[in-house]
Amino acid sequence: MAVLNEEQSMLRDMARDWANEQSPVTAFRKVRDAGEAIGFDPKAFAAQAEMGWTGVIIPEAYGGSDFGYLSLGLVLEETGRTLTASPLGTTALAATSALLLAGSEAQKQAWLPKIASGDIIAALAVDEGPRHDPSKIATKAEKSGDGWTLSGTKKFVAEGDGAHLFVVAAQTGSGIGLFLVPADAKGVSRAPRNMVDARSHAEVRFDAVRLDSDALIGPEDGAALLDQVLDRARAGVAAEMLGLAVQAFDDTLAYLKTREQFGEILSRFQALQHRMAHQFTQIELMRSVVEGALEAVDANRDDIAAKVSLAKATACDTLHLVSREMIQLHGGIGMTDEHHAGFYIKRARVLENAWGNAAFHRERFARLAGY
Amino acid sequence: MATAELTNPADALEAFRKDAADWLAANFPKSLVGKENVLATVEGGSDPDPEAVGWKRAMGEKGWGTPTWPKEYGGGGLSFAEARVLQEEMGKIGAWNPIGGMGVMMLGPTLLEFASEEQKQRHIPPICRGEIRWCQGYSEPGAGSDLASLQTKCEDKGDHWLVNGQKTWTSGGQWADWCFALVRTDTSKKHEGISFILLDMKSPGVEVKPIRMISGTSPFCETFFTDVKVPKENLVGDLGNGWTIGKRLLQHERTNLSGGGSLGRGQGPSLSDIAKHYVGTDAEGRIADADLRMRIVRHEMEAQAFKATARRVMLESKSGNISLGSSILKNVGARITQERAELTLEIMGMNGLGWSGDGFNPAELGATRGWLWGKAVSIYGGTTEIQNNVIAKRILGMLDHQ
Ligand SMILES: Cc1cc2nc3c(=O)[nH]c(=O)nc-3n(C[C@H](O)[C@H](O)[C@H](O)COP(=O)(O)OP(=O)(O)OC[C@H]3O[C@@H](n4cnc5c(N)ncnc54)[C@H](O)[C@@H]3O)c2cc1C
Ligand SMILES: Cc1cc2nc3c(=O)[nH]c(=O)nc-3n(C[C@H](O)[C@H](O)[C@H](O)COP(=O)(O)OP(=O)(O)OC[C@H]3O[C@@H](n4cnc5c(N)ncnc54)[C@H](O)[C@@H]3O)c2cc1C
Repeated sequence: MAVLNEEQSMLRDMARDWANEQSPVTAFRKVRDAGEAIGFDPKAFAAQAEMGWTGVIIPEAYGGSDFGYLSLGLVLEETGRTLTASPLGTTALAATSALLLAGSEAQKQAWLPKIASGDIIAALAVDEGPRHDPSKIATKAEKSGDGWTLSGTKKFVAEGDGAHLFVVAAQTGSGIGLFLVPADAKGVSRAPRNMVDARSHAEVRFDAVRLDSDALIGPEDGAALLDQVLDRARAGVAAEMLGLAVQAFDDTLAYLKTREQFGEILSRFQALQHRMAHQFTQIELMRSVVEGALEAVDANRDDIAAKVSLAKATACDTLHLVSREMIQLHGGIGMTDEHHAGFYIKRARVLENAWGNAAFHRERFARLAGY
Repeated sequence: MATAELTNPADALEAFRKDAADWLAANFPKSLVGKENVLATVEGGSDPDPEAVGWKRAMGEKGWGTPTWPKEYGGGGLSFAEARVLQEEMGKIGAWNPIGGMGVMMLGPTLLEFASEEQKQRHIPPICRGEIRWCQGYSEPGAGSDLASLQTKCEDKGDHWLVNGQKTWTSGGQWADWCFALVRTDTSKKHEGISFILLDMKSPGVEVKPIRMISGTSPFCETFFTDVKVPKENLVGDLGNGWTIGKRLLQHERTNLSGGGSLGRGQGPSLSDIAKHYVGTDAEGRIADADLRMRIVRHEMEAQAFKATARRVMLESKSGNISLGSSILKNVGARITQERAELTLEIMGMNGLGWSGDGFNPAELGATRGWLWGKAVSIYGGTTEIQNNVIAKRILGMLDHQ
C-alpha cells in the first residue's frame, strides 16, 4: 500500500464503507438483472457525486477537491472490489483528464464544474474497432466556416449510453485532435451493445456533426495529448482492476477456509495453499505498479507512459489469473450464476481489453524502452 | 467372409471400407453436413429436424453409433480397425455420429463390464439406438471432490429400494429419462457403503431444479429424491461395490468426455486464421501482434503434443499395456480447451465479449458463451487438482505432506 496522507486514508475508508454498505455485489446484480443500457444505478452515482468523488482530481476553482489521481484510484479500487456499476472512472478520471491537460479556461469553466457535481457524465470516444488501437482512427473533423464538421463511428464507448458529453478523437488533417461533442448535438446517435459485463459500451455515430471552433481541446495535432489522456484512463482502469483482484482473491480465500472435503477445510491442502500464495504474491506486485502509475501521474513525471504500461500489463495478467482461479477453486458453485465469481471474470475480461490489453502494453513498454 | 479375413485381413478391411462408404452414401443426408450438435445428446429436448431423426434411427439400427460394442446388445460389433475405417469414411463426407450422451460415453462401457446379462439386454440396446437419455447422479452439495462422502440414502425395503437425498450439478437432469447414481447402502463404512443403481427419472419423488450457469444456460440441475422406490433389479453389481463401479465409470468419463474425445473433431477456423482476421498481418504475412502470435504458437504446439499423446495412449492400450499417458489426458485436454477459448476472446477483443443482440456475429457470441461454459471442463469429472493428486499419489508414489 502506498504511503497515504490523512485525506487519502479517510477517502479510502469512506469508499470502502460505502461500497460494503451501499454498493455490495448484490447491488451490481440488481443492475445486471434490470438490463438497462446505461448499465448503472443513477442513485448510486448520485451518492458518489454527493460525497465529492466526481471531483477528486478537479481543482477547487472548478468545484473539485484536487486530491489527485492516487486518491481517485483508491476510490476506484474500493468500489471496484464490489463491482460497483458507476461511470465514475470514465467521467471523473478519463474524460476529465483531457480537460485538465489541455482544456482552455473557457472549456474548463464550461464543463468541469458540471462533471465535479455529477450533473453530467463525460466519456472518451477513441477506438473504432474491437481492439484498442489509437493509431487506427478514421473519424474525421473537417474545418467548415469557423468551426468543424465531425463524422465517424466509435465502437464500444464505455458509458456511451449514459454520457452527456463525448471527448472524441478525430483526424483534423494535421493529426489527431480531441473534440468536445455534446451527446444531444445534431447528428449524434448511439446504439447499445449488450456486453458480458452488463455495463454500458455503446456504438456512437457522429454524422456530420457541426461543432464550433471552441470544441477542439488542445492542438490540431494532439496525438501526444491523446496518449497522455489515455495513460490516465489506463491507470484508472488498472486501479479498478486492482479492486477486482483483491476482492476475488479475498472471497476465494474465505471460501477455502470454510468449505470442507475429505474431512478437512480446503485451505489445509498444500496444493491450494501454494496457489493462493502465488496469487497473493502477484497481487502485491500489481498493487505496487498500479499505485506507482497513479503516483507518476500525480507527480507529472516524465516516465508516466512506461509506468502506466507496466501497470496495465501487470494488472491484466494478474486479474486474468485471479479471476480464473476464483472459479476453479470454488468448484461447481463458481460456475453458477447465483454465485458472483462469474461477475468478476466477465468484468475482468472487459477491463483487460479497455485501453490496451497486456500484449499491447508489453509491446508499448518495449518500444518506449527501445528494445 | 471368414475366409476372406483368413486369406488377407487388409483385403477384408478394404471390402468393409467399400460397404461402409456405400451405406453412408445411402443413409447420410447431405443436408446434415456441419449440423452436428455435440451437446444435443446430453442437453436439450428432442431434435425437431426430421432428417436428423432419420439419420439417428439409421445409425441406431445399424449399431454404428457404438461401433465396437457387441452386436448382441445392439452395438456394431466392429473391430477397432473397422471402427477406424468407418470413422474415416464418415469424415470424408462430413457425416457425424448422432448417437452419444452419457449412456454411450460412460454408462454403456460400465454396464458391459459390471452388469448382469438381464441388465445388459434391457439397458444397452436403447443406448445404442440413442433412445434413452441418461444422467449422472454422483455429486452432492457436500460431496464433490470427496465423492465417497456422499449421503443419499438407499434402504433395502424387501421388495424394493427406497432412495432419499439430494444430488447436484446433474448435467441434463431435466431432460434425462434415467439416472445412474451412487447411493449409500451402508452408513458404517465410507467406500464399501456405496452402491451403484439405475433410477427411472419418472419415478414418483424425483424432482429436478435447473441451475443457471455463468454462461446463461441451465444445463444442470439440483436433483431431489424423496422416498423414491427403485426396483430391486436396478442394483448394478454387488451391494457395496458401487465405489469400484463408479470409479471405473469416471475413467470412461475422463478419457471420453473431458479429454481426447472433444478435441479430435474438426473445430472450425484455426486460431491463426481468426487472429489474422481480427488483428491483421505485417508485411511478411505474420500475425501483427507479436506477443499474441507466440502464445498462439505455444498453444498450437501443446495441442499437437496432446493429440500425439492421445493417439499413443490409444495404441498402447489396444496392445494390452496400461498407458501412463492416459492419466494426463483430462488435465491437458481441459487446459487446451480453456486456453483456446481465452485466446479466441483476446483475439476478438470487445467483439468476443458480447452477450446478445446487435453488433456481434454468431461466432463471436458463441465464443463468449463457449469460453464461460468451458470453465467447467477443469471441474467436472474430477477437478484438475484431484486429477493431479491422483497422478502424484497413485502414479508417482508421493505421499501427502499433511
Ligand atoms: C458443468 C458441470 C457439470 C457437472 N455435471 C455433473 C453430473 O452430471 N453429475 C455429477 O454427479 N456431477 C457433475 N458435476 C459436478 C463435478 O463433478 C463437481 O463439481 C466436482 O467434482 C468438484 O466438486 P465441488 O464442485 O464440490 O468442488 P469441491 O470439491 O468443493 O472443490 C473446490 C476446489 O477445491 C479443490 N480441491 C478439493 N479437494 C482437494 C484436494 N484434496 N487437494 C487439492 N485441491 C482440492 C478442487 O479441485 C476445487 O478447485 C458437474 C460440474 C460442472 C461444473
Ligand atoms: C545458497 C544457500 C544458502 C544458505 N544459507 C543458509 C544460512 O545462511 N543459514 C542457514 O541456516 N541455512 C542456510 N541454507 C539452508 C537452507 O535454509 C535450506 O537449504 C532450506 O531450508 C531447505 O532445506 P533442505 O536443503 O534440507 O531441503 P529440504 O527441506 O529437504 O527440501 C527439499 C525440497 O522439498 C521442498 N519442501 C520441503 N518441505 C516442503 C513442504 N512442507 N512443502 C512443500 N515443499 C517442501 C523444498 O522446497 C525443496 O524443494 C542455505 C541454503 C542454500 C542453498
